[in-house]
Amino acid sequence: MRYSGFKVIKEALTGHKGWKPAWRDPEPQSHYDIVIIGGGGHGLATAHYLAKIYGEKKIAVLEKGWIGGGNVGRNTTIVRSNYLLDGNEPFYEMSLKLWEGLEQDLNYNAMISQRGIMNLIHSDAQRDAFVRRGNAMMLNGADAEYLDLDQIKKEYPFLNFDDARFPIKGGLAQRRGGTVRHDAVAWGYARSADSHGVDIIQNCEVTGFRIENGKCLGVETSRGYIGASKVGCAVAGSSGRLMAKANMRLPIESHVLQAFVSEGLKPVLPGVITFGAGHFYVSQSDKGGLVFGGDLDGYNSYAQRGNLPVVEDVCEGGMAIMPMIGRARLLRMWGGIMDMSMDGSPIIDRTHIDGLYFNGGWCYGGFKATPASGMVFAHLLAKDEPHETATAYRFDRFKTGHMIDEKGMGNQPNLH
Amino acid sequence: MIINHPLLGPRDSAEFVYLGDASLIERPDPAAETALADFVDYAYMRENPAGSLRELWFHEAGDRSWLVVTRNTMTHDISDVQMARDVARKIGRSK
Repeated sequence: MRYSGFKVIKEALTGHKGWKPAWRDPEPQSHYDIVIIGGGGHGLATAHYLAKIYGEKKIAVLEKGWIGGGNVGRNTTIVRSNYLLDGNEPFYEMSLKLWEGLEQDLNYNAMISQRGIMNLIHSDAQRDAFVRRGNAMMLNGADAEYLDLDQIKKEYPFLNFDDARFPIKGGLAQRRGGTVRHDAVAWGYARSADSHGVDIIQNCEVTGFRIENGKCLGVETSRGYIGASKVGCAVAGSSGRLMAKANMRLPIESHVLQAFVSEGLKPVLPGVITFGAGHFYVSQSDKGGLVFGGDLDGYNSYAQRGNLPVVEDVCEGGMAIMPMIGRARLLRMWGGIMDMSMDGSPIIDRTHIDGLYFNGGWCYGGFKATPASGMVFAHLLAKDEPHETATAYRFDRFKTGHMIDEKGMGNQPNLH
Repeated sequence: MIINHPLLGPRDSAEFVYLGDASLIERPDPAAETALADFVDYAYMRENPAGSLRELWFHEAGDRSWLVVTRNTMTHDISDVQMARDVARKIGRSK
């Protein structure tokens, strides 16, 4: 069933009796060509591109709970491609391009809003670093714009420009960045994948892998054994737990990241802004809530909740750049589990086990990567070789010294 | 979270800096034949369990001691706290 303006009007006039579920609820078959573990944004996007672009048949997505209940439903909805390093920027720029065409591709309203993102600059050294980053972005076909103080004052007059400690000196803007309705991303990909014949199997937890002679034959699940020629894992924060079932250790730690939303306000914040002297990012949702977040709590955790010191730290960051945020009341806060890799960049690669593929280590940058992650993982699963934008995301880069360390923090996952 | 420091009693975890898995105490032998593989494993690979984890915390805003804290990553409950020095000496590290 295609969605259209005509369909909306027709249903409005006929009592909304013609709407059908957006995807089926199939029983698992005994064997699939490709099984994807994880019904989040990345897993569903992978299934969509496998079926639509790479023409694969007999695909299943296994989800232990309900689809979109993990990090795709827990993030701060920001999309951007403002990376510095060669291993990353072409990949994230492809992602942003895919976001731009996503709604037409899926025939689904994901409320993609290219309202722009601006990273604030607070010192001369930071200006140099951000201008360099902007140049790297433009070299890779992305857009970047240096804003001086007067331009920022025109667009964001309420910021705390003359703070004694962290005065605002300028900003690096990416106009094509913005926000996306995050749940709709999961639902849109699920609906499209389903319409191309993908079985989306919810409440189906993978409890183990069947591996014989170094080859993965299928997965044991809470709904029985499912055979598969290829198995792709895209479970983000649960990567460590899942891959341990295949006796694999990963260069990943799981950490909790908190996010916050204020009560609904009239429009006050036109784009996404980030604080350059602390760690704070904020945008305003279409419902009016200020959606914001900051640092990880900093310790390994699989609990989808954090602790109060980080709440204080994030709110201090907000008050430092945008004092009017102190007048808004906090409505909700929540936590998600981030698969923090040792260099802050993802891994999309074959494993040493034949037929078993891994997609993870997204740290807290997974949402913006959703379309590209799906595309390159589909490419890897279908063709058994990496997509040209994802050749750097290898498992063995930690051994060979080809780390992609945007922040230059070394092997300290809680600092990336 | 409250960390029950063996010397100072209960302290707020915000006084501490987190390093990670306590296996970092067991640094491999750099003269071993397999040193390269051992150090890649030591520096980059982690168990990352969902459950009980022994981990290193540094009391930066306190007495600057290193602690080995046993904590459940599902619930954040802390079941045991020891001085990292004692743990290291017990496994034969002298320095």
